[in-house]
Amino acid sequence: MSDWEPKIIAFLCNWCSYGAADLAGVSRLQYPPYIRIIRVPCSGRINPKFILAALRHGVDGVWVSGCHPGDCHYIEGNLYARRKFALLKSQLEYTGIAEPGRLHFSWISSAEGTKFAEVARSVVESVVAAGPAQHFIKKQAEVA
Amino acid sequence: MQPYSESIREAAKRLLLEKRVDAVIGFRQGTVPFMNEPFLARSPEQADQLVWDGNCAINLANYLPKRNGSVAIAAKGCDSRSIVIHLVENQIRREQLYVLGIPCQGMTDKRKIADRLNGRQVLQAVETDGKVRVSGRDFEQSFERADLLQENCAICTHKNPVIYDELLGQLVEEQQIDRYEQTGKIESMLPEQKRLYFEKLVQPCIRCYACRNACPACYCPTCFVDESKPQWLGKTTDPTDTLTFHFLRAFHVAGRCTDCGSCERACPVGIRVRLFTMELEKQVKQLYGYEAGVIQNGRPPLDAFRSDDPEPFLG
Repeated sequence: MSDWEPKIIAFLCNWCSYGAADLAGVSRLQYPPYIRIIRVPCSGRINPKFILAALRHGVDGVWVSGCHPGDCHYIEGNLYARRKFALLKSQLEYTGIAEPGRLHFSWISSAEGTKFAEVARSVVESVVAAGPAQHFIKKQAEVA
Repeated sequence: MQPYSESIREAAKRLLLEKRVDAVIGFRQGTVPFMNEPFLARSPEQADQLVWDGNCAINLANYLPKRNGSVAIAAKGCDSRSIVIHLVENQIRREQLYVLGIPCQGMTDKRKIADRLNGRQVLQAVETDGKVRVSGRDFEQSFERADLLQENCAICTHKNPVIYDELLGQLVEEQQIDRYEQTGKIESMLPEQKRLYFEKLVQPCIRCYACRNACPACYCPTCFVDESKPQWLGKTTDPTDTLTFHFLRAFHVAGRCTDCGSCERACPVGIRVRLFTMELEKQVKQLYGYEAGVIQNGRPPLDAFRSDDPEPFLG
């Protein structure tokens, strides 16, 4: 257990949060290295299936981040996403699939490199507190 | 309940004779007790087979999407809300439809009757003024109808149809009731308990997809369970796969589910699948003040937004 490192998947929108991650990088800001970034065109692209698939394959935390509401590159993508996320998070916690602390959502603009590093730190912190996610990993062999 | 059979037949005959509709969607007597089957009457003669009693729980709106021609449909409160959902989602046009509204007193749950009979087989069941009389070999028993209601009917707040062209019978009184007592109990559990609760709940699932097939809101040409490239959902009965299926099925009907209970009634192993959809219904109501199928103009909650939508998921 002592050498366990959390595995966190971050779905970042191309126009804002991915830019923020880039800015955090070029600004040499430090944050824990447990985050694997997947770039998506918009936070509205996030499908609940992605998050369930990530959990099934054994990630310990999922973090979704997009532009601030009102600043979406596609005008309204994140406004639709917002309703989806609200229901998704409450339902995942209601069914016990994801305990509180595993799922994170944020709005980070491409100018907010500092905020990106801060949120990254807090995401890692709460996923570490939640511990390794074991229960949703599929046990039987995959069959096509 | 019995008078409805007469008035449905009468209306069906009239509509078919006038050639107002091509078919009337209703129920006819099934081959075993408590199992009425959905039936499309296409001629005035066939209309004589139509019946209505406490075993007409399956949501007939399921037969509407992408239908050609005009149809009449017998609709209880929940069916009529599902019809509104279909209209909003452009699955059928209003002018194709003639809705025979049926104020509903709730449907009976065949499992509740079976529980009370200790394995004795019912050969005949008759419903008269608030009572259900069942008889089989060497026994006859009578139950209060109110004790046998399906769970969703017991907490129903839309017994009267929301749209209809013709109302068959008197409107009934709607009840004021806390619909979310069950889900509230689950919400108050610890995360670990919730997980175990739902794992146990879906454990008997054989992945027959009867819940999906019975659901009027499930009409995608390719269901996510059948997608293979990429395959989001494993096809085994591994707890992860089963739970994923039930989670996503419920999520797909979020804000569209009218709690008609068809899924639960169709389940061959008696899983209370409504526990998944009820919570979403509650959240949609709390967050967006929306009830599925009640308002005829307006988009479904997940196809709309407001600039000041709540963001309980942040942080």
